[in-house]
Amino acid sequence: MRILVCISNVPDTTTKVRFSSDNTSIDENGVQWIINPWDELALTRAMEIKEDGSNNISNVTVLTVGGAGSEPTLRKALAIGADDAIRVDADSSDAFYVASQIAAVVKGGDYGAVLCGIESSDYNGSAVGGMLAEILGVPSVSAVSSLNFEGDAAVITRDIDGGKEVVSVPSPFVAVVQKGIAKEPRIAAMRGIMMARKKPLQVVPAVEADALTDYQEFVMPEPKAPCKMVEADNVKELVNLLMNEAKVL
Amino acid sequence: MSVLVYTENWDGKFKKLSHELVSYAAGLVAMTGGNVTALSIGNVDQDELSTLGTFGASTILSAAAAPQGLDNQVYASIIAAAMEKTGAKVLVMANNSAGKAVAPRVSAKLKAGLASGVSALPESVFPLVVRKKVFSGKAFGMVKITSEAAILTLAQNSYEVKDVGGSASIEAFDPGVDVSGAKTDIKDVQKQEGKLLLSDAEIVVSGGRGMKSGDNWGPIEELAGVLGVATACSRPVSDEGWRPHGEHTGQTGKIIAPNLYFAFGISGAIQHLAGVSSSKCIVAVNTDKDAPVFEAADYGIVGDALKIVPELISEIKAVKG
Repeated sequence: MRILVCISNVPDTTTKVRFSSDNTSIDENGVQWIINPWDELALTRAMEIKEDGSNNISNVTVLTVGGAGSEPTLRKALAIGADDAIRVDADSSDAFYVASQIAAVVKGGDYGAVLCGIESSDYNGSAVGGMLAEILGVPSVSAVSSLNFEGDAAVITRDIDGGKEVVSVPSPFVAVVQKGIAKEPRIAAMRGIMMARKKPLQVVPAVEADALTDYQEFVMPEPKAPCKMVEADNVKELVNLLMNEAKVL
Repeated sequence: MSVLVYTENWDGKFKKLSHELVSYAAGLVAMTGGNVTALSIGNVDQDELSTLGTFGASTILSAAAAPQGLDNQVYASIIAAAMEKTGAKVLVMANNSAGKAVAPRVSAKLKAGLASGVSALPESVFPLVVRKKVFSGKAFGMVKITSEAAILTLAQNSYEVKDVGGSASIEAFDPGVDVSGAKTDIKDVQKQEGKLLLSDAEIVVSGGRGMKSGDNWGPIEELAGVLGVATACSRPVSDEGWRPHGEHTGQTGKIIAPNLYFAFGISGAIQHLAGVSSSKCIVAVNTDKDAPVFEAADYGIVGDALKIVPELISEIKAVKG
């Protein structure tokens, strides 16, 4: 049985975001692209599960939907330890379209589990994992902070309001993972980087699918008023401002 | 064009978030025409259901049968059935843990475009174009829904509750969904009872590495206690194990939008600010006058949080009695 880890290729989280002159796309000049942080944790956990040996997971495949420019990010995932990679050659701006592309890949393979990050740090849609599960007609568990296999089922811890819940779902399923699923994201070692060059990266064409949304324009937030500074020996004044000016206390 | 709003309940009760959702749906029908129908799933008594009418719901569908825990597939089927029954073209849900888990499934099921985490009414409704945060709060995107039906998930504490004094008719609703078919088997629930949820808190008191040690959290907890609010922390603090992971606010932790956010000894890394920048008012206390947190803050003190917090406690006690 294989695990499929879905990877988004996103700007580094410290990037100062700028847009093209017509404000319809991100200005890619000087942008460093990375594996979406939650996807990186998902991949780390998938590797741990495979290496654990107490289950029948034999292979970890990574997948991204995107142009050729996203391949270095897939190679990074291979260097971290994934066995093979798939790039669906398609635009990735609508979540349902992306989920439809991933569903087509999953239907053609022996994937016992699909792992997705809870959101991507670009469009922050939190959508692809759940949509994918619905298209496939399989269970999904969201806000997953721990994942283990017991035979053909998974035992999962998920966050709920004010606590945690342990649930079990039968395979195949989609797990939408968040912080806690792995302690630290795994970093590629030199050996992994060398090996990644030889690992298979398959490019598959897009399937016919609908897009349900379209980003018309991007806008920067309005500049905020400068911070009002209060002297360290005048905490009384801070309390006064919070009560009578901001009216939040 | 009618609007359906899914109002989750917590042990049979609604909360402010539920009222925000109904108010938002009422704001939408003021633009689109039509009525607001609220959908409740699980056991909620008639009195509690009827409270939704005061915020603008004209009909409440009550689907009493529910799986033992949140099964995303079953919930999505029930909500989709309610969309079909009402003929609503817009579905409103919360962008909380249940909303994030279920809304994408409903979207795929109905082929209804999803805009998640919106914080204001749409710019236009024909076609539906709505503003949402992108790049973790560094920018906004104008999303056009190109499908016939739309799903909007509302960020918590972003829309004002409006009591319009209406009343609603309550209908029992059988969605024709087999709830015993739920594949999510709940094994164990660990819940902290009686503690204010970070996402529900209107004021949050948060500490960072500038607090120097987990042993120094006493004053932060005391301040939160005096105000009756929740505590939070930055990522290094939870990574060090000074505080539980559930308190980590930031891009990869909890994303919150309280009315007031205190950042004590937090430098304000871009990833932290991504989790708190929607707060209505931010107060920062840091020894470094050039710390980036002051660029995001509304009020600031350059000073040692370990000294300032106790002073703040006594000042607040003095004025609040």
